[in-house]
Amino acid sequence: MSESKYWQNFGELNDPEGFQKKNKDEFREELPFEDFDGKLLGAKSPRRDFLKYLGFSTAAAAIAAGCKIPERRIVPYANKPENLIPGVPKYYATTYVQDGDVIPVVAKVRDGRPIKLEGNELSSLTKGATTARSQASVLDLYDTYRIKFPVQRAGDKFEEIPTFEQADKLVASALAGVGSAPVVLLTSTLVSPSTQQVITEFLAKYAGSKHVQYDGVSYSGMLQANEASFGKKGIPSYNFQNAKVIVSLGADFLGTWLSPYEFSTQYAKGRKIDEKNPEMNKHYQFESYLSMTGANADERFTHRPSETGAVALGLLAALGGTVSAPVIADAKLKAGIAKVASDLKANSGKALVVSGSNDVNVQVIVNAINNTIGAYGTTIDWSLPVNYRQGVDKDFADLLAQMSSGGVGALFIYGANPVYDYYDADKVKSALSKVKLTVSFTEKYDETTQLCNFVIPNSHYLESWGDAEAKTGYISFQQPTIYPLFKTRPFQTSLLKWSGNNTDYDTYFKNYWVTKLGSEAAFDKALQDGILESAAPAIGILSFNTAAVTTAASAIGSAKKGGKKELVLYQKISLGTGKQAGNPWLQELPDPISKATWDNYALISTATAKELGVKLDMDYEYYPQKPVIKITAGKTEVELPVLVIPGMNADTIAVAVGYGRTDKLGKAAKEVGKNVYQFASFNGTTIDGFSTDVTLANTGTKYKVAQTQIHNSYENRTEVVKETTLASFKKYPEQFKKFREELAEDFGTSADGKTEGDYRVNGTLYPDHAQPGLKWGMSIDMNACFGCGACVIACHAENNVPVVGKREVLRYHDMHWLRIDRYFVSDAKNPDDLKTVVFQPMLCQHCDNAPCENVCPVAATNHSAEGINQMAYNRCIGTRYCANNCPYKVRRFNWADYTGADSFPNNQDQQVVGKLDEVVTEQMMDDVTRMVLNPDVTVRSRGVMEKCSFCVQRLQAAKLDAKKEGRPLKDGEAKTACQQACAGNAIVFGNAHDKESAIFKTREENENRLFYVIEQIHTLPNVNYLAKIRNTDEIIEPANHEEAGEEKHEPAKEGAH
Amino acid sequence: MIPRKPNFIKSGFFVVVLTIVSFINSSAQDGKALFNSKCASCHQIFKDAVGPALMNLEERGKWADHNEILKWANNPTAYMAKDPYTEGLKAKFGSVMQAFPDLTIKDVDAIVGYIDQQVADKNKAPQTPTGETTAPDNGHNAVIFGVISLILAIIALILMQVNSNLKKLSDDAENILRPDPVPFYRNKVYIALLAFILFVVGGYYLTKGAINLGRQKNYEPAQPIFYSHKVHAGINQINCLYCHGSAWDSKTAGVPSVNICMNCHKAITEYTKGPKLFNEEQQEINGTAEIAKLFKAAGFDPSKPNAWDPSKAKPLEWIKIHNLPDHVFFSHAQHVRAGKVQCQTCHGEITAMDEVKQFSELSMGWCINCHRETKVDFNYSDSTGNKFYSIYEKFHNDIKAGKMDSVTVKDIGGLECQKCHY
Repeated sequence: MSESKYWQNFGELNDPEGFQKKNKDEFREELPFEDFDGKLLGAKSPRRDFLKYLGFSTAAAAIAAGCKIPERRIVPYANKPENLIPGVPKYYATTYVQDGDVIPVVAKVRDGRPIKLEGNELSSLTKGATTARSQASVLDLYDTYRIKFPVQRAGDKFEEIPTFEQADKLVASALAGVGSAPVVLLTSTLVSPSTQQVITEFLAKYAGSKHVQYDGVSYSGMLQANEASFGKKGIPSYNFQNAKVIVSLGADFLGTWLSPYEFSTQYAKGRKIDEKNPEMNKHYQFESYLSMTGANADERFTHRPSETGAVALGLLAALGGTVSAPVIADAKLKAGIAKVASDLKANSGKALVVSGSNDVNVQVIVNAINNTIGAYGTTIDWSLPVNYRQGVDKDFADLLAQMSSGGVGALFIYGANPVYDYYDADKVKSALSKVKLTVSFTEKYDETTQLCNFVIPNSHYLESWGDAEAKTGYISFQQPTIYPLFKTRPFQTSLLKWSGNNTDYDTYFKNYWVTKLGSEAAFDKALQDGILESAAPAIGILSFNTAAVTTAASAIGSAKKGGKKELVLYQKISLGTGKQAGNPWLQELPDPISKATWDNYALISTATAKELGVKLDMDYEYYPQKPVIKITAGKTEVELPVLVIPGMNADTIAVAVGYGRTDKLGKAAKEVGKNVYQFASFNGTTIDGFSTDVTLANTGTKYKVAQTQIHNSYENRTEVVKETTLASFKKYPEQFKKFREELAEDFGTSADGKTEGDYRVNGTLYPDHAQPGLKWGMSIDMNACFGCGACVIACHAENNVPVVGKREVLRYHDMHWLRIDRYFVSDAKNPDDLKTVVFQPMLCQHCDNAPCENVCPVAATNHSAEGINQMAYNRCIGTRYCANNCPYKVRRFNWADYTGADSFPNNQDQQVVGKLDEVVTEQMMDDVTRMVLNPDVTVRSRGVMEKCSFCVQRLQAAKLDAKKEGRPLKDGEAKTACQQACAGNAIVFGNAHDKESAIFKTREENENRLFYVIEQIHTLPNVNYLAKIRNTDEIIEPANHEEAGEEKHEPAKEGAH
Repeated sequence: MIPRKPNFIKSGFFVVVLTIVSFINSSAQDGKALFNSKCASCHQIFKDAVGPALMNLEERGKWADHNEILKWANNPTAYMAKDPYTEGLKAKFGSVMQAFPDLTIKDVDAIVGYIDQQVADKNKAPQTPTGETTAPDNGHNAVIFGVISLILAIIALILMQVNSNLKKLSDDAENILRPDPVPFYRNKVYIALLAFILFVVGGYYLTKGAINLGRQKNYEPAQPIFYSHKVHAGINQINCLYCHGSAWDSKTAGVPSVNICMNCHKAITEYTKGPKLFNEEQQEINGTAEIAKLFKAAGFDPSKPNAWDPSKAKPLEWIKIHNLPDHVFFSHAQHVRAGKVQCQTCHGEITAMDEVKQFSELSMGWCINCHRETKVDFNYSDSTGNKFYSIYEKFHNDIKAGKMDSVTVKDIGGLECQKCHY
């Protein structure tokens, strides 16, 4: 039997003792003085001066404070809007649309400012799910690097055009100068029906004009394959909830593929376990690198990117398709294909195969597989084709050729940024220079916009009217939540104006929908709901055309073989294609797998690391300096730091796109990562997101990568995560429960030998906290947490969690209240044999016997009668004892003034403790950016501790609403931000005293999986977890509990030194 | 005369508040809400305003029949066509009442009930609320203790001097030679003692002073318009929530917007009937001129009232009096609506203030003291009180068992940090 081992990084794996020693301290450095060594004595301000300053400043402060009360003003409305009450938030339904992601959201608007987005639970597509990027989009609204007025090019610079009327005139005369050459509208995928109509009207005005849709990361392989197989250029709906067996061929469907927010919700349904009858779906993943989806798979098989077609073909052959199986050398992969094929066969009609490949041939084969296993009509639904990916690579390639030959008179660009995300940027640049008139409708000076003649800035979606039809008949609406902050205009208005229609888009949009819906009342209702859905049609199928399969199979058979090393491009959940790269929250969101922030890097396997001479010792893991390699493919080359990740294909390296953006996007994007889109290639039909032959060279230099995973150590306590296989869980259903029961027995024994069994009261010397009324509790189902990070960003937005910048993350000073710990589970001897990856959201556990509370000298942290571990910032003096004593390592200390909240300007001088990044001091502290702050939550100043508060401001608000109406609090009224953001509904929260509440029931119904993290040290957390179960047949014998027995003495030992 | 402690006044008010709350029956409470939402913008109970005073309404002929009132309120224009009395009212007040088509007979009963109650209350209890006179006067005791301590200290000093003199005499008598005694002002023991006392007393006052930095009790800035709460809330008895309506729903009480002022001041263009107004420096204030300042902001010309365009109004910049630090979360709705605390408990006798001054200290100690003493509107077994508290099983049992008779804010966690700081 193989022994499983849980580990977070190679340092811990290869040199556990050394790692323990190095990582012993909560805070790594003695004191965060940078560049101060040896200068203290020679400093310009010696001790006496210091004392003088101290005395003077104290006296000055006292006098300044004592002299006069600063006069503060209240400016009420001149005419108060009827339904607005200052201080009470309003909620408006709108829709986040970007790069084809369509997420209906509800914007919380406080006194005219949208400050937080929640998923719209009325939507039957997303069911209230959100993503990290949609959660973060509220910060983009207040981005000071947005274009603030229309501009035109004058030499190398842009000049302001004072009014839109003048801009319209200038563009009109430029258009007249174009003559008969066609006008082309280049956009990313557009899902708005009313905009579609505007475009149709616009194109009708200009003879020969056309609309081209271009997506940086396109799905044209799927679109064209479906055209070949079904005669329909579209993408069907997927129903992951109906699938018993899910096979993904490199599709990151929980993270970045197609519609992850929708799929996560569906997938989670099949992952949650009913304890009485433990069943779950089976998820196989074939991929080249370790993706977030792969990390959640039950069984993974790796292959080179160039073998994608072969794997699909092999699977089809094994399923009895009329194709010959290709030669697959890797025995494990071969066995995997056979196993998957038999499992698919056995679950015909309850299985689904998806592929992330953008190759038409591969997708045709995948269609054939799905046809064979009866997926169409069960797990794939053609009655609801999706609209959110429409860009076809060939169309854009043709357009480029047309532009290069001077065949395009005017190019209007909206949402597309090919100068950045096309594989051949130089070609785009030269083609653009051949176009007489280029107009960009954009929010920021992106790479393409910088080369245009005119920029008519578009409003942010939170300032605009709009609509989106994600699937036919499923419409969601956008409505303004704030008056436009800058002089911007919806791009549709420009198109209307330039096609001779003088109505603006706001009116046009309203007329469009009022006509369509029949009445203004119906329109108002649709806006209020934010969605309009027709009745779900019966699941549909299209007839499958097998003709294309043979050609596709032979094309795959003759495909180019890969070289020694291959490179695959992937998207990170934080940045995706890179559109939101200027968003500091997203840049600081740790990647679920690498746990790195603020950079892209090359993910390499342990084998490649050995070849490159990268030693996986303590120095590699502990210090942020990572070796830099040079990656060369033909003429393109790039130098990137490496991160060694288990579970990679041995000869594949993976690099994330979306980095290396222009610094015009703001300080957040400045010098962050490298652009790697140039490694993609065009195969004549579609763009392949990989390169089959790259050479690697170790440059010998180092580069600092800011990772967060090893910041916090549990001091070798392995009970932090609990995980087993479905087979073992069926065999030993009570193994986790038993551990808890034994604890109760051990601690519950009273002095006279009689067992009382009350672990809670008898396990400690401290008195028990009584909770007479409410008792808040949270349950996190690790089976439904996929690591996507939406909760982390939701927490940022809700609780004013500051951004600290890369330099501070490097010094362990990241401030996330909620982090997602990632554990690799592998064979103890072979770390590359990855069994699974466990994601554990870790936040303050709100212990009822909290170690932090006992050590605070000023009682700044203490316990509430509702079970909350409270933190009073204004009382905290910053000893950091609490953080040192917290076994969960969830407390965060404000080492510097990250928010600009300090009232004394001298305190904001960060020279002594080390400079902060510009993104913190300039971007996040800007007054416009600060409009995103939640006014109900204190903005913490320097020198205080902070941590998760269970969103106490929401709990208080929910209680007050109930009190106002004189009724008991209903379950589900008080929700935490992380709970609301979660697409998998992994988090349940509520009053644990209420026997009807979801939290009570969850705990009752899942007692066999329920555990509290390191419960044996008697912290009595109010957050519980449900153990992760992966669906494999392996039997893991439950560990005997001696280990736990030793564990419980550890705190005492720790306390002794 | 030693000033009364705020606590003392507060508890006095609290008693009165509780009494009033417990006496008003539920229909009068509905009546109050209805009166405030439907009538109060134009009518007052005891005085004519935009419309006639509503006191003793039922004594005015037809109005004795509530159905007639209902008919009138549902459609005043139609009713007036057949009714000379209401026609006369139009002539007197210059406009017809707005229609309330959704009003029912029950509503009318409730409103009239409330008006009668108010009239009865006014006749019954003209005396202003005063607290019990038996409250212990801690301030007085402190002075007595201080004086006694001082006297005792002086006696001790004298006795010590006497003792040393006697010792010297006895030494002289026994011919023991000792050095001359050090005079008391150079005696190290005395100096040390004095230094210690100075340190303690000085420290006490320094700390106290430091704590008071940033506090501003009795702060009374001159506002851009001399707005008299005494005239509005006191003499004319405008309900606090009419202008500060957000206090009912929101954390902020809100300062009324110009359009709210103009609801009444479209008709009230000069200040003639009320008492003379004086500012802090005892200079007389011309009320009509102050109203004109409002008109300036509103862009309203009293000679051409129909030409007024409210959308041209400019906001008024008032000076903020009650400033809480940013790390304090305070909700008016919690106190006013859920806690049923009267505005005056914290803001003082606002109906007697011309310009408002800060009545309370707004310090944490002040908050906490009130939270310690104030009883929660607990949901008792006779199902009175706020049903929100029905979940406090333990307290319900304790009350039943006689272990406690009431629940204070403290008992339900009102002293915890994160009730106000988050």
